[in-house]
Amino acid sequence: MPHPSTSPQMSRRVVLSAASLAVGASSAVLTACSGDSGTGASEPKTGGTLRAAFAGGGADETIDPHRVNLFADAARAKAVYDKLADLGTDMDAVPRLAESWTPDADLTVWTVKLREAVFHDGGPVRAADVLYSYRRIADPEGTFRAKQDLAPIDLEASKAVDDLTVEFVLHHPLAEFPNALAAFGAYIVPEGTDTFDSPVGSGPFKFVSFTPGSEFTAERFDDHWDGAPKLDRIQIVVADEESARINALLGGQVEYAHDLSATTARANEGNDAVVLVASPGSNMLGFAMKTDRAPFDDPQVRQAMFLLCDREELVESVLSGRGQTGNDLFGLGFEHYAADIPQRERDLETAKALLAAAGVQTITLDTADVGSGFTEAAQIFAEQAREAGIEVEINERNADTYWSEVLTEGQIASYRSGAMPIASHISQRLLTDSPTNVTQWHHADFDERYLQLQSTADEADREVLYQQIQQRLHDEGGYLVWGFADWIVGTLPSVHGVEQAPANTLDWARFDKVWMD
Amino acid sequence: MLAYAAKRIGLGAVQVLAVACLAFALVELLPGDAAVALAGDQPDPAAIARIREQMHLDEPALARLRDWLGGLLTGDFGASLVSGRPVADLLATALRPTLVLAVSTLVLLLPLSIGLGVAAARRQGRWPDRVITTFTVGLYSVPEFALAVLLVSVFAIGLAWLPPTAVGVPSLLAEPAVLVLPLLVLLARPICSIARLVRAGMIEALDSEYVAHARRVGIPERRVVLAHALPNAITPATAQIARTADWLLGGVIVVESVFVIPGLGTALVDAVNARDLPVVQGIAVVFGATTVLVNLTADLVAFRLAPRLEVAR
Repeated sequence: MPHPSTSPQMSRRVVLSAASLAVGASSAVLTACSGDSGTGASEPKTGGTLRAAFAGGGADETIDPHRVNLFADAARAKAVYDKLADLGTDMDAVPRLAESWTPDADLTVWTVKLREAVFHDGGPVRAADVLYSYRRIADPEGTFRAKQDLAPIDLEASKAVDDLTVEFVLHHPLAEFPNALAAFGAYIVPEGTDTFDSPVGSGPFKFVSFTPGSEFTAERFDDHWDGAPKLDRIQIVVADEESARINALLGGQVEYAHDLSATTARANEGNDAVVLVASPGSNMLGFAMKTDRAPFDDPQVRQAMFLLCDREELVESVLSGRGQTGNDLFGLGFEHYAADIPQRERDLETAKALLAAAGVQTITLDTADVGSGFTEAAQIFAEQAREAGIEVEINERNADTYWSEVLTEGQIASYRSGAMPIASHISQRLLTDSPTNVTQWHHADFDERYLQLQSTADEADREVLYQQIQQRLHDEGGYLVWGFADWIVGTLPSVHGVEQAPANTLDWARFDKVWMD
Repeated sequence: MLAYAAKRIGLGAVQVLAVACLAFALVELLPGDAAVALAGDQPDPAAIARIREQMHLDEPALARLRDWLGGLLTGDFGASLVSGRPVADLLATALRPTLVLAVSTLVLLLPLSIGLGVAAARRQGRWPDRVITTFTVGLYSVPEFALAVLLVSVFAIGLAWLPPTAVGVPSLLAEPAVLVLPLLVLLARPICSIARLVRAGMIEALDSEYVAHARRVGIPERRVVLAHALPNAITPATAQIARTADWLLGGVIVVESVFVIPGLGTALVDAVNARDLPVVQGIAVVFGATTVLVNLTADLVAFRLAPRLEVAR
């Protein structure tokens, strides 16, 4: 969900990231002898205002929870609103406003029981509010982000059984339907809401004020169904530059700084003035090979790429060691991840032989400055490929149009993905009609296997299918996944209860469980 | 002088219009449009087509330019493609912090730089002059971002005397402490360049025939310097002061991003990133208008200070 960036911002970032290193290093020295870190928390305390710095989108930011796009939008929305479910740290759906969900035998009708919860204006959260919210998101004329996740629901046929029971009728069987209830932006608003000047939700904090591109304030909602927050207030402030966020934290202007770089983390490792919370597995990094065209339509060539890649070197140099090694599969550490498949190791000799047999001499690698470490990873990988005897031409594309271009163009491209359930990764990227099938993976039998998975009610049987699907992707898929970057946030030592959690999951930016000394 | 001013204002209006058209054309030439930029790493072609249709990006470029210029004549800057907010509102919000910074910088800059320049010129070749000259040349060679980072790490984080950024501050004037470091960074280079121009102008003026004459008729030295030499000495610096004012009113992006000040520079970067054409054009018009206005003012001031210049035209 990060904000798409262009070159002017990038050139500033290059300059400023070097600058932030200098600041971080000097402050680490200057504060090295101050008090203890205080992570060993004692009794939770009530009260206080927590200020959190996020990157923002300027004056065009919106508070409409169905229009969330940036991390800052999502953090604001989850303070004021609830979803029916949210994703746990390993991407399993965790009930929120929904108390339970029960499918019928063929997984096409799901009955969702709501818990007793109230909106900030005192009105109860009812089945009608849920259906209104979902219909607003699914509006064919609209461009709401969660629309695609809710597409399996036949909202015409779905109905409110009573005030606390919704019956969702689906277009096709969907064993992982609860993931849809946790979709990014699928918040529940009171029936009829269409303006958000003074937003009313059922979330842990009540809206107080919002200035786009600058600040957002919300105060404790005592009647929240999940218990009142400890903090009196939260304030989300916008600081686009990472260097500004860490400076504001070091200067005590904020208590929480979102999205810090590995460089900043390393510079502040011994600094007692800040606590770094690194969440493993948040950001998948890799290369996407187009499996429908030369040279990567040959599975042997894809195999060679898998084998020539030195994953440890990439993690060490691109992520400053702050990450984990990938095994060409999405979702390390998540529910259903095929952890039993042995880690692929570098084997240059086999790679050379495979490439020679296929007659591949040069490849073109697309990259762009659209994420931290993107171009660096491309350079290092190109060097590794040269060791296997092929020439790699790096094609640096325009950052704004990169994602849209590499969807259809080129041979192999730098790629990354945020956290999502493994089923969502498959349905969005690996089916013949998937909207962002960047590896151009079109296999009718694979589609069928996935449909079978979604129609299998028995969890053990479904698990077997998950393993088979991932085994196939590991053997001959188009994603070369070399690593997973940690997601790093910084807090002052006085802040407690900030959990390790991949971005956009339940415990990420979750301020209702945070307290301060 | 009035006819001259009227002619300059007319020319300025044409220049602003040309800037607006140029901005439109340049953004049009960029690869991708607002729809592609908005879609980011979720480039679902169906979603992109839907966004494009909603934003009327499927209409011809000339029709969009015509509609926009038509609106401009009635004072309507249009609405942001991304949020739908009126561009005029957006500009007003972003202009405020930029104005606060620019005006405070100029208010401090003029007396400081002119004072330093005069002081150096009056002691030409002696140690105060050498100190001022060394200092101005040295400081001038430090780029803004380096100075900003240095000041933040020493005064905000190391010594904790001043806030490192203006993050979350509702209005810069409400908490003047946040202005100190940005002002130091913004002042550093202009002080140097203007002080050196004033020094050179002052040395020349003090050496001139009319100053020698004023001294001969017994006018006190103070009055000779301030009333006779100074107006002539400042004239060469007015163009540089105008350039500085223009630079400040354009929103200095480096300073805005290091210190988290949501001014015009930040607004422009955000709008270009989002391919938010009406906002980019609105800012281009504002920049064009300020450049024209500032230069017009500078010319009129220079004319007032040294009327003989008009004869040369």
